[in-house]
Amino acid sequence: MVDTIAAISTSTMSSGGISIIRVSGSEAIDIVDSLFLSKKNIKLKNVASHTVHYGNIVYEDKLIDEVLVIVMKAPNTYTREDIVEIDCHGGILVTKRILEIVLKSGARLAEPGEFTKRAFLNGRIDLSQAEAVIDIINAKNDLALKSSVKQLNGKLSEKIKGYREIILNNVAFIEAALDDPEHIDINDNVDKMTKDVDNLVDNVNKLLKTFENGRIIHDGISTVILGKTNAGKSSLLNVLARAERAIVTDIEGTTRDVLEESINLSGITLNLVDTAGIRKTDDIVENIGVQKAKKYAVDADLVIYVVDSTRDLDDNDFEIMSLIKDKKVLVLLNKIDLEMVVSKEDIMKHLPNARLVSISAKEEIGIDNLEDEIKEMFFNGNIQVNDEVYITSARHKQLLTEAVASLELVKQGIEAEVSEDFLTIDLMTAYEKLGLIVGEEVEDDLANRIFERFCMGK
Amino acid sequence: MHNIKEEYDVVVVGAGHAGCEAALASARMGLNTIVFTVSVDSIAMMPCNPNIGGSSKGHLVREIDALGGEMGKNIDATFIQSKMLNASKGPAVHSLRAQADKQDYTRHMRQVLENTDNLTVRQGEVSEIMVNDGVIAGVKTVSGAEYFAKAVVLCTGVYLKARCIYGDVSQYTGPNGLQAANHLTQSLIDNGIEVRRFKTGTPARVDKRSIDFSKMAEQFGDERVVPFSFTTDPESIQKEQVSCWLTYTNEETHKIIRDNLDRSPLYSGNIHGVGPRYCPSIEDKVVRFADKDRHQVFVEPEGLYTNEMYLGGMSSSLPEDVQYAMYRTVPGLENVKIVRNAYAIEYDCISAIQLKSSLEFKKISGLFAGGQFNGSSGYEEAAAQGIIAGINAALYVKKEEPLILDRSESYIGVLIDDLVTKETSEPYRMMTSRAEYRLVLRQDNADIRLTKYGHKIGLISDERMNKLNEKIRLIDEEIERVKTVNVGTSEEVQKVLVENGSTELTTGVTLAELIRRPELNYEVLAPIDKHRPELPWDVQEQVNINLKYEGYISRQLRQVEHFKKLEGKMIPEELDYFAISGLRKEAMQKLDKFKPRSIGQASRISGVSPADISVLLVYLESYRRNLAK
Repeated sequence: MVDTIAAISTSTMSSGGISIIRVSGSEAIDIVDSLFLSKKNIKLKNVASHTVHYGNIVYEDKLIDEVLVIVMKAPNTYTREDIVEIDCHGGILVTKRILEIVLKSGARLAEPGEFTKRAFLNGRIDLSQAEAVIDIINAKNDLALKSSVKQLNGKLSEKIKGYREIILNNVAFIEAALDDPEHIDINDNVDKMTKDVDNLVDNVNKLLKTFENGRIIHDGISTVILGKTNAGKSSLLNVLARAERAIVTDIEGTTRDVLEESINLSGITLNLVDTAGIRKTDDIVENIGVQKAKKYAVDADLVIYVVDSTRDLDDNDFEIMSLIKDKKVLVLLNKIDLEMVVSKEDIMKHLPNARLVSISAKEEIGIDNLEDEIKEMFFNGNIQVNDEVYITSARHKQLLTEAVASLELVKQGIEAEVSEDFLTIDLMTAYEKLGLIVGEEVEDDLANRIFERFCMGK
Repeated sequence: MHNIKEEYDVVVVGAGHAGCEAALASARMGLNTIVFTVSVDSIAMMPCNPNIGGSSKGHLVREIDALGGEMGKNIDATFIQSKMLNASKGPAVHSLRAQADKQDYTRHMRQVLENTDNLTVRQGEVSEIMVNDGVIAGVKTVSGAEYFAKAVVLCTGVYLKARCIYGDVSQYTGPNGLQAANHLTQSLIDNGIEVRRFKTGTPARVDKRSIDFSKMAEQFGDERVVPFSFTTDPESIQKEQVSCWLTYTNEETHKIIRDNLDRSPLYSGNIHGVGPRYCPSIEDKVVRFADKDRHQVFVEPEGLYTNEMYLGGMSSSLPEDVQYAMYRTVPGLENVKIVRNAYAIEYDCISAIQLKSSLEFKKISGLFAGGQFNGSSGYEEAAAQGIIAGINAALYVKKEEPLILDRSESYIGVLIDDLVTKETSEPYRMMTSRAEYRLVLRQDNADIRLTKYGHKIGLISDERMNKLNEKIRLIDEEIERVKTVNVGTSEEVQKVLVENGSTELTTGVTLAELIRRPELNYEVLAPIDKHRPELPWDVQEQVNINLKYEGYISRQLRQVEHFKKLEGKMIPEELDYFAISGLRKEAMQKLDKFKPRSIGQASRISGVSPADISVLLVYLESYRRNLAK
């Protein structure tokens, strides 16, 4: 018999979203049964597999939270064991409380990666996922666990493979020359290697910066910028993203579709969605954009509502405000460089819980305040970010940083005219670190490359 | 029945470089040993290149010597030129290579064999192995004689069903027209051993008198020769050396080769064996490296008592007339006369994955194998396996644990581990880049790494071991001393620094710190080291290297520690991999096939992913816990 484990499942903890507690093992169903009061008065041990049940978690006669419980019976589950998932809506504190209760009722806290480890040991995980398993099993903490599962961005992977290729070619040259010094002259490659290493250091550093800017990361706080047409949404997006992706003009309705941009504010990733100005329109293309914008607004973690302070609030504004009155909202009173006709109070009447900042997107006035406000919302816990991606980047960043450190050692070594056989040590370290990102092993790469490219021996 | 029946502890089949080491090790360990050779005149023959050592191969020779083997001593006694390769590079890639007098080398080794106690040398072709219930019982020769033994070591080299080819000429002989061994293969197959076919090649030997050396660059030996063997007194081997010569192929050479490719058995399909990529024939080089407008040709003497010269770099299996034509395009070889044609040779061998790390067959107890038969190439690789196979055959007879060297302590360990865990598709050649921990596996410290093992099994005398222990003590003491000697900023100190192209000191430092400067070393700092004891050169060398590269070496030692952890996680032989449900099917099959001895070894099998290892670790842990219950 395997013991039963439980943990807060990692994916979503965003505000208004769902937190999941996952329980796996032979006693999973019994344990949750003892805490769960179904609305229809049914017992989970009697239900069919893969069914969802609505009810309350009750502990020591106290109602803890209203939940959905999903029962999945072995073997068709992630771990191939009985799994019960408790979906609760009450935010992180309630989620933690429920986990505590589950643990008190007979489960034990899962070790990092333990669900995956079980899945793997029980023959559930397939080849493509298997590569990440060693990281998962070795994960030192929950955060590392989350990162390992995350799949890599294809372009990044391609880039890193390219860097590894360059490193391998240089190492192969050195090794071939050391192996067969009378046939291959090591000096023939010094200039190229010096250039290659310089470029690699630059490129990996650049890559590190993009990581820091969060452009690579696709998850984060999903943020929607709303506002009626020509309120200055696109200008805002451009200011934040420092890129010219959205088309900005003074003609109404030029932003036709939804644009996305990931930006990073002090380590917080915002996935910004710029929407076509919300406005009643007959233009079909634009109308699709408007529908999308509304949809995004509903799903977003954070809504940035841009108000044109030079024009009176109109039906469009009222419609937006009613759409977002229950969301986390940051209101930007834009165009404060011009004559203002809308006041803070006008907004607060409709959105009493919103935070409010005055800016000029065009003149880049007040942008710092805007950033501070978002940070504060984040750090005050008003926004609970999906931390999975953040950690993914941390792991990759770590490996890239280590790779750059090794490459810097190579650079220093070249300058100090250290013998090439020492340079290969650090080159291979960099090669291996990059390999850990893309999940490739060293194996016989080197010997094969030497034989492929160099004419050796007698 | 009038057939001869004799009994031995150990039978060694073959007296090439592997067989010699195997037979000597076994006999010296006190076991009654017989070694078979198809011709007593071909003991330790060098049928290809006339040299011993070279990058990483030199390391192997030193390790063989450190264990109590013969190759190092034999080349020290018979070399005619010697060089330390990569001398300007780091100490890990310094490698000795010596030109041998081939005949002298053979003769000298033969004398050693003939005068070793417990060792019988016998000419004869072994045609069968005798196996009872998966346990070796002995061998039979073509004459029907039976030699019973508790252990047998196969070192058949390139002789099994050997076929020599050039052009459309194909002869079923071993190298140099020696008799091939045509019967043993079938017996091996009958006993469940899988056999495959490899090929290699050798260039022509030419008459020295027909060469114009004025068109070639002379290649000298080192002024100061370093011996291979730790037991050879360096003074005793400083002697006059002969030169080698360097010339190049050219476009004309390449054109002749390209024009006649259809007559090459390699391209016409007449050769089926798999050849090595690293030792390509000249026609291979021209095809695969078409952008190179010339290739080096090293003209090397085959010995002092012959005019034959070896044309290193131009091995070939082209027809005789094409060989003549192409060789004669090379500057200095315009009028060259061939003594022996270049040829390719095909032979039967095994994939060493059928062997354990001890070089014993997994399926047949007491049957060991070493050398080119195991799918390697090179004299040194052969000898290295030979000594291990011989040692382990002897230990097997003595019912003792086998000697298994790991990758972190020797090139021999890297070589054998690669052979038994990797399904190589070509003859395996040693390279320093194959050694993950080469900074600690230097040729200069092979004795410190390995002689203790040789001593333990009885191949190294107490005297030699005591001498080494004293050397180690001196090294340790001197390193400690040098780390505490402070050097001030006196005029004398600054003068020595400037003289050696170093920058002057602003504050006092230790001598050790000065040694780490690239432009300085232990030796040149002697004038400012007032209380330096008088130490042997090899102690000084170790002190210098250990201090100079301390940072790199200690980094590598940390990696070794990690490696040792995985290597130390042993896998029970009876483990049923198919019962481990988390393993991917490919991994199950591979692990079942290789039956690795440790997690470390399992991790090096291709097709076993890190995830599989992780699963294996987890499984072994629960397996262990269950056993504990």
